[in-house]
Amino acid sequence: MTGNEAVAFALKQIDPDVIAAYPITPQTDIVQYFSSFVADGAVKTEFVTVESEHSAMSATVGAAAAGARAMTATAANGLALMWEILYIAASNRLPIVMPVVNRALSGPINIHCDHSDTMGARDSGWIQLYSENAQEAYDNMFQALRIAEHPDVLLPVMVCLDGFIISHALENLVVNEDELVKNFIGAYKPQYPLLDVDNPVTVGPIDMYDFYFEHKRQQSEAMKNAQEVILAVAREYEQKTGRSYGLFEEYRMDDAEVAVLVMSSAAGTAKAAVDELREQGHKVGLVKLRVFRPFPHEKLAGALQHLKALAVMDRAESFSTMGGPLFNEVRSALYGAGGGPLVRDFIFGLGGRDIGVAEIVEIFKKTLETAAAGKVDEMVCYLGVRE
Amino acid sequence: MARLKDLIHKPEILSPGHRMCPGCGAPIAVRQVLMALDDPVVVCCATGCLEVSTTIYPYTAWRSPFIHNAFENAAATISGVEAAYLSLKKQGKVDKEIKFVAFGGDGGTYDIGLQSLSGAMERGHNMVYVCYDNGAYMNTGIQRSSATPRGADTTTSPAGKVIPGKPAARKDLTAIMAAHNIPYVAQASPSHWNDLVEKAKKAFAVEGPAFLNILAPCPRGWRYDAKDTIEMSRLAVDTCQWPLYEIEDGVLRITYQPKEKKPLTDYLKPQGRFKHLFAKGNEQLLEELQAEVDKRWEELKQRAACQEAK
Ligand SMILES: Cc1ncc(C[n+]2csc(CCOP(=O)(O)OP(=O)(O)O)c2C)c(N)n1
Ligand code: SF4
Ligand SMILES: [Mg+2]
Repeated sequence: MTGNEAVAFALKQIDPDVIAAYPITPQTDIVQYFSSFVADGAVKTEFVTVESEHSAMSATVGAAAAGARAMTATAANGLALMWEILYIAASNRLPIVMPVVNRALSGPINIHCDHSDTMGARDSGWIQLYSENAQEAYDNMFQALRIAEHPDVLLPVMVCLDGFIISHALENLVVNEDELVKNFIGAYKPQYPLLDVDNPVTVGPIDMYDFYFEHKRQQSEAMKNAQEVILAVAREYEQKTGRSYGLFEEYRMDDAEVAVLVMSSAAGTAKAAVDELREQGHKVGLVKLRVFRPFPHEKLAGALQHLKALAVMDRAESFSTMGGPLFNEVRSALYGAGGGPLVRDFIFGLGGRDIGVAEIVEIFKKTLETAAAGKVDEMVCYLGVRE
Repeated sequence: MARLKDLIHKPEILSPGHRMCPGCGAPIAVRQVLMALDDPVVVCCATGCLEVSTTIYPYTAWRSPFIHNAFENAAATISGVEAAYLSLKKQGKVDKEIKFVAFGGDGGTYDIGLQSLSGAMERGHNMVYVCYDNGAYMNTGIQRSSATPRGADTTTSPAGKVIPGKPAARKDLTAIMAAHNIPYVAQASPSHWNDLVEKAKKAFAVEGPAFLNILAPCPRGWRYDAKDTIEMSRLAVDTCQWPLYEIEDGVLRITYQPKEKKPLTDYLKPQGRFKHLFAKGNEQLLEELQAEVDKRWEELKQRAACQEAK
């Protein structure tokens, strides 16, 4: 299956009450596959073919508030068009799950992968899970639902997968039995559904300086709670499927002195680079971050503490002039944690620019030099770009 | 026919004690619409005066389930609620008959929410969308909208030394909604409560989407005495500035013919927002405004007559 097929298949197995979605490359297949499930009567979902992503998220919010398991899917400009409602979905504490097929945000317009879309939405109050391959995207879908609907969390979740690289590439997939999925996700029991007309609630009132702050504080607390819930859900998922997940994955990190930290599909490539350098006798490793929100700062700092130097790979530019978003979060997690590695940032793959093993080996070499020199000369590098 | 005796005994869904201005036309329009209901209803509001003044946390004036999402997406939001209802009803998780209504101001409907509304109407959700048209963005301080009548003085179309208020004529949203070929479209005014409640009843009764455009005078924005709201909406109807009509399954019917069509100035004169039009030098503009109303009214009558002849 392709990544998109895997996600669409997960949606079919979840069989949500409502999906409201709008097509955009490279997410389109998901909407198309799902349309045929609906047309063939394979799901019980009400499929709302909205006229825009703004309406997709708006209708999803309406459906979720009504008491339905409601979902949508998007990419890039579609996510940008949803922006306003992303915050509203999160602040209304609606457990919406949304696959986002990562694509560069315009302009210039570009249909290929980078993380500028979801990185821009990092502070919208959504939980963000990143997937290395189609299998992870598929597995993340079910876990996302359980995390979102957990009473200690009640926050929406984005399941991110790399556009084309994952969404359109064929991969062997281990799928779950329908029965297993059904048992794992369970029946949905909404807390204050609009459709309970005998117990009317007002959703989305105006909230001034006397209460707004408390509500935001509760949202922070829910995000904090999410970390433990993500781990608990992963443990349960592993028991049922044998596939293990965490906040991040460590690859050959035990005795590593230099490491790369990256998310999504590039992690697969980076593993090959680690193997190559290990064969040459270099003590290198890899950390693949799965959960960007909530940011697992303490655990991550713990895992990186023993390194001499660390290269963060950012598939998005923040234009802060001090590196990409991932770099800034990682460095800030390390700061004050005591000691820790020298950290460099490598911004790569914007607009779908290819990244191969050779380039990541190059990153390692530069970072090994940093470790040897004991200082960072060049904090932010742009990889594989004509300057 | 709705009887006043019956209507006054209906439990109010929008309860008193909300914080809209005294004399505001919007809650009157909303209450008249909701009086048409016998089934439970889920209400959605676009951001605007109605929403911010009825749901000030931790209070709410709504006795029905209520959702506010944002400014431009009331139609999409209620369409999602309705989709959830269809799904859960199909699965046997909800058994009641429930109605769905969205209220948006003219800004949230004619302007920023037009796409969302058009989409929802085209998809055919079983919902009623009500625009309460007070002819400007009142909540943010009386800025012009595409529903603002030509010549009106607003904070973004001020009557200045060279430009006498809003230069462009009103958008005909009711006609735009009719062009969606939905089962029911109507224009109503709280002055003609009986007509309004009947229209709301039809709107809730039809299978599929219905749209009501209701004039909702705003004493602050229009600058008239708060006690005159109903009078203001009556003048809009009697001058044919705001004709009352409906389009039911494509058939247009004028539901109220003023016995004697009053001159437009009867409507403009009492409102501060048109005061400058009566200053020397604007006679021509006043004539043009009257001609515009006459033209639209004649066109409407022709369309209605055409259909009667069929
Ligand atoms: C996307 C967005 N743009 C602008 C606003 C600011 N805003 C809030 S209400 C409003 C005007 C509302 O006008 P209308 O829909 O006519 O309702 P009224 O207040 O007149 O009842 C505006 C401009 C907003 N809340 N959201
Ligand atoms: S400003 Fe106008 S529309 Fe808003 S509450 Fe007051 S009277 Fe009503
Ligand atoms: Mg208005």
